[in-house]
Amino acid sequence: MWRDAALVAGKDLRIEARSRVALTQVAPFGIVALALFAFALGPDRATMARGAPGLFWVAVLFCTVLAVQRSVSVESADGARDGLRLSGLDPAGLFLGKSVAVGAQLVVLQAVLAVGVVLLYGARIQVPWMIVVSCALGTVGLAVTGTLYGALSSGLRVRETLLPLLLLPIVAPVLLAGTRIWQAAMTGGTPSDGSQWLRLLVLFDAVYVAVGVVLFGSIQETA
Amino acid sequence: MSTPSTAVPVHPAAPSATNTGMTPPPAQSARSRTTERVIGLLALVGTVCTVWLGLWVTPPDRTQGDLVRLVYVHPGVAWVALYLAFGLAAVSSILYLWPRTRSLFWDRLAAASVEVGVVFNICTLVSGSIWGKPTWGVWWAWDARLTLTAVLLVLFLGYLALRRIPAEPEVRARRSAFVALFAVLDVPLVHFSVNWWNTLHQGATVLNPGLTLKIHGSMAWTLLLGFVALTLVFVWMLLVRYRIGVLEDWLDANELDAAVAERQAEGATPAGGAGAGDPLGSGRDPGDGAPSERVGVA
Repeated sequence: MWRDAALVAGKDLRIEARSRVALTQVAPFGIVALALFAFALGPDRATMARGAPGLFWVAVLFCTVLAVQRSVSVESADGARDGLRLSGLDPAGLFLGKSVAVGAQLVVLQAVLAVGVVLLYGARIQVPWMIVVSCALGTVGLAVTGTLYGALSSGLRVRETLLPLLLLPIVAPVLLAGTRIWQAAMTGGTPSDGSQWLRLLVLFDAVYVAVGVVLFGSIQETA
Repeated sequence: MSTPSTAVPVHPAAPSATNTGMTPPPAQSARSRTTERVIGLLALVGTVCTVWLGLWVTPPDRTQGDLVRLVYVHPGVAWVALYLAFGLAAVSSILYLWPRTRSLFWDRLAAASVEVGVVFNICTLVSGSIWGKPTWGVWWAWDARLTLTAVLLVLFLGYLALRRIPAEPEVRARRSAFVALFAVLDVPLVHFSVNWWNTLHQGATVLNPGLTLKIHGSMAWTLLLGFVALTLVFVWMLLVRYRIGVLEDWLDANELDAAVAERQAEGATPAGGAGAGDPLGSGRDPGDGAPSERVGVA
């Protein structure tokens, strides 16, 4: 399972390294989103700094949708999906591999967006480790749910419009938890302020990783 | 003898459907028809009684006045939408995914349940808003329970959007069941997160931990009757929607056959029955060049 996961993740990341879609399209889109939020909230930096945690996570969610679309569309051409199914790879490994590839791209995107939030909105981070942990846990949850819904919608012609509708409400807990942890980290609150949210993120990740590992094989058959 | 009309679509009971060897639509058994009607009638009677008791018999509240009469509607529709409909959809989706109980019955039940649930969910939000404006001063508050209800509505809508995509019944059933399962797993997580996020709504009136009613007398009885009546309305709508679902699946499978049979019947009609038995419709007007040309090619 792990070997298959590494193979699939390596393949997806190699495609990304050669096509640079995430780097040249999704990351700039994230910056555009940050700029649009700034236009919507007005030039007052205090307002923007207050809203920074939520805006960061909303931008991350939008980028997740794009990254997942991309992850699905690399399989949709030339019957690649059928090829993957025929390759005899463990479905759980396939699921983990796709998730890792999406997650790796999300980590880079989050780094870009975090720098953007600090520079553009004047957000001050008091407790950096909480930011790092929340981003790591949030990335796992987003990548995993994104891969699940990506696989479910992969064969559909209306994928582009359906995926956000299905995915975004599901990841609402990640948005809430991530935002609250960031708020705690920015106001210099005690770690206990964020700890219940961190536990929620861990639970979210555990539930959807488990579901994906167990069910990904039969989910693929629906496409 | 009735004249065949082209304007009328092939009705399940139309003789042409049976003549062309098509599968007849699944017929509703007499018993299930009776059940459906009895439940429908009970639901109607229950609703009328609730309206009568709620609007005329029960007294207005000391603080809320006539506004309190919403208590006979709002918790009832919320109970149907949030617990009954969503719970039933969850259970039947899981039963569909479980290999031993896999049957399109569970899929259709889940679909019917979600669709009726959406109606009740919207009723919950609307009645809540109407109640919220005079009591809380706002149409909408980002309270935990309201947020959860809204998230559930969005999840329901996503499920219905997915179902609308044409697919083989088994593929669609499996896909929808997965989406329902993921949504069900999400509900407790959303519940916790919005609870920590914000709470404004009053505690549960009936389903509180001690299961003791916080209201008394005629109001309690009306409230209870409202719950029963709305549950019956839900069951009745569920049965009707399930039956429509079965017919829809039948239509999906046979629509093309029916259309072909209809066109053939159309072609056969002007010949006055001479070529009615010929499935290729060769009894067309001989003056038409197309058929003879085709024969020449063949």
